[in-house]
Amino acid sequence: MSELVVKGVRTLALVQDLGRPGHRHLGVPPSGAADRRSLAIGNRLLGNEPHAAGVEALLGGLSLRSTGPAIVAVTGAPAPVRIAGRPAPLGQPLALATDDVLEIGTAVDGLRTYLTVRGGIVESDSAPRVLDSLSSDPTSSLGPAPLAEGVRLRVGSPHHEPYLGLPVAPVSIPVAGITLRASWGPRADWLTDGARAGLRVAQWTVSGQTDRVGVRLEGAALELARDDQLPSEGLLRGSVQIPPDGQPIVFLADHPTTGGYPVVLVIDDGDTDLLAQAPPGTVVRLQIT
Amino acid sequence: MRVLPYGASALLVEVDSASERADLTRSLEAHPIAGVSEQVPAARTVLLVLEPGADQRQISSAVAALPPTAPPEGTDDQSILTIEVTYDGPDLGEVGDHLGIDAAEVVRRHVGQLWTCEFVGFLPGFGYLVGDQGDLEVPRRDTPRTRIPAGSVALAASWSAIYPSASPGGWQLIGRTDTVLFDPDRDEPGLLRANCRVQFVECG
Repeated sequence: MSELVVKGVRTLALVQDLGRPGHRHLGVPPSGAADRRSLAIGNRLLGNEPHAAGVEALLGGLSLRSTGPAIVAVTGAPAPVRIAGRPAPLGQPLALATDDVLEIGTAVDGLRTYLTVRGGIVESDSAPRVLDSLSSDPTSSLGPAPLAEGVRLRVGSPHHEPYLGLPVAPVSIPVAGITLRASWGPRADWLTDGARAGLRVAQWTVSGQTDRVGVRLEGAALELARDDQLPSEGLLRGSVQIPPDGQPIVFLADHPTTGGYPVVLVIDDGDTDLLAQAPPGTVVRLQIT
Repeated sequence: MRVLPYGASALLVEVDSASERADLTRSLEAHPIAGVSEQVPAARTVLLVLEPGADQRQISSAVAALPPTAPPEGTDDQSILTIEVTYDGPDLGEVGDHLGIDAAEVVRRHVGQLWTCEFVGFLPGFGYLVGDQGDLEVPRRDTPRTRIPAGSVALAASWSAIYPSASPGGWQLIGRTDTVLFDPDRDEPGLLRANCRVQFVECG
């Protein structure tokens, strides 16, 4: 069975599948790919099941050697790809021969580049699956450790034939910004009327504090109509919390399962994939229904 | 009971007290609602995560129409979890000073009451335990510690908790236990669940 052996990681590379949903009542975050859509596209290109595990590389920057023949795809944030030193395209199946080195350079758009392999990653060194998922959740210390030089990723057996159609376009974050669909959360009435009206037209900027737990947005502070303490309540991927400073936090894959700040909005689950690709400085607008 | 919208695919059910929340969790377990994929109990709420395509309004009505479920009768000793603690935490003295008692009295109060897990959150297996005496209320530390070791037994506000894994945290540390709170390889990975009861005992 082929293995992919990590040669280098520039920023952060994590094994990710579609996570371990359904365990929030145990305090276990859903985890999984921050941009599930790009991981799923990679898996589809290779004939994998949608939940097969790949590698999520923050800002690209990943190189691996294959110990045997393998078919891989690079999706998500676009980055230059080289196989055995030769340039290779994004968004389509790529063949690796024994001992070929695959190099993914620095992402030129978006935040997270995905490497998928035909057959999926079935084991990261000896790290076991946790609650039926191979996803790394460094915040909760579940799943494989972040990838480092020398880690061996074992590749599984393929189920279906790879897709042989047109290449799939990588992620693109428009210069004009992104619009996320949202609906009101349970504590929308904690906002002042002015803040609620303002949310519909406000522009936010993705701050430097963006990771797999959540994204802090910067903009005009949202005013809360009350300042009492809220007992902790459940959170979802997409929950928008307003801390006392009025700057929203949108939760992503590794979100804590409960939190004590009011959730005033919830971003549509599917649109959180796009937010997970928005680099700091991206303008964000909300379309509230 | 209020059923609040929570985005497009969830509902938040809110009640007024911890005991009502416990009743609600029991009702939801006794009468599962079709279309609900996940329930997340918290202090005064239960978050219902819905299956894709589930009808939010219909589920909201079904929640409102839930028949009440009586709490279990009497005290069933079998269901009380015993956790052995070595009371040598670095904040034991400070907790005593805050309450105007000595460290031995802090320990006596901690083992001298039955604790109920209200909900699990913050970290895998981190249960928020509330005591039936309510006489160990202390503030969080002004400055959180950057690393609290796994197994630390802690107090904050009216809660007690055990850190299941090493983590930053601001709770007052009074002791430590070898009991494993979260193990993904167990059939039931988490030891604590909403509504379970805990008796702390002093080790050795």
